[in-house]
Amino acid sequence: MTDSIVSAASVIAAGIAVGLAAIGPGIGQGNAAGQAVEGIARQPEVEDKIRGTLLLSLAFMEALTIYGLVVALSLIFANPFTS
Amino acid sequence: MIIPSNALIQIADLEVGKHFYWEIFGYSLHGQVFLVSWLVIFLVIGASILGTSTITEVPRGLWQNTMEAVVEYVQNITKSQIGKDFKEWVPFIGSLFLFIFVSNWLGALVPWKLIHLPEGELAAPTNDINTTISLALLTSATYFYGGLKKKGFSYFGKYIQPTPILLPINILEDFTKPLSLSFRLFGNILADELTISVLTLLVPIIIPLPIMILGLFAGSIQALIFATLAAAYIGESVEGHH
Repeated sequence: MTDSIVSAASVIAAGIAVGLAAIGPGIGQGNAAGQAVEGIARQPEVEDKIRGTLLLSLAFMEALTIYGLVVALSLIFANPFTS
Repeated sequence: MIIPSNALIQIADLEVGKHFYWEIFGYSLHGQVFLVSWLVIFLVIGASILGTSTITEVPRGLWQNTMEAVVEYVQNITKSQIGKDFKEWVPFIGSLFLFIFVSNWLGALVPWKLIHLPEGELAAPTNDINTTISLALLTSATYFYGGLKKKGFSYFGKYIQPTPILLPINILEDFTKPLSLSFRLFGNILADELTISVLTLLVPIIIPLPIMILGLFAGSIQALIFATLAAAYIGESVEGHH
């Protein structure tokens, strides 16, 4: 009985973890992409440089969501609280 | 209805946390990781030997051209982060970059499901947290070595820069660096593989293809990020403040 409650709580927690972890990076990536488009519109000749920097920084922001995902995955597949 | 706690694994038929164990001297090793990493090492070394065996001043042939482009690429990454003394660190950054890059791409491109193991399955070595943690700890050891070699004992002076109040945060940074490096790589690669397997489970053909291409792209970006960050950490510890 307690085991199934722990499982249910873990699954809910995993969902919440990914959901919450996606909020911040979503806003951040939107900001970054918007600014990059603005920069390209203003100076189309540096598009390549802007694109490279944008991709790199997007991947950094992506990593924050991935941390949430790692927590979620360990809750589902490697949960220390269920036997 | 009581669902056993590992029912999700059976429903999705995903093999996370199952390994092909090798028992050596009382330690259990994850055999599938070793097999694929050896393949990766073999490929990288093979390409390097092919690229340098018949070396000419004007690059000739596919292998020398390719490998020269790779070396230049890695040199650019290192140079942009470390500055003028970058030559010493190119081999380390280059090995990291090539190992991670080839691992990620092999994991995404080769149909490993066709090769059956007694338990677990072959995949990119970087989707095992032990691989990424060891790479990240190697990076930590390297930037300590670089800093100590360049500045001697006064390297530890950076812990009380700019004020001694920041000492705990500066010490904490030495732990968060390898943690974030390893989790970023591990999480990204595992997330890609999981997304692909879940999608393949739902729709076996065509639909997972864009995600697979995205996985290839993410794999190369993660290799670039790992190499860039390692170079940045090394550059930070060898640069002169005064």
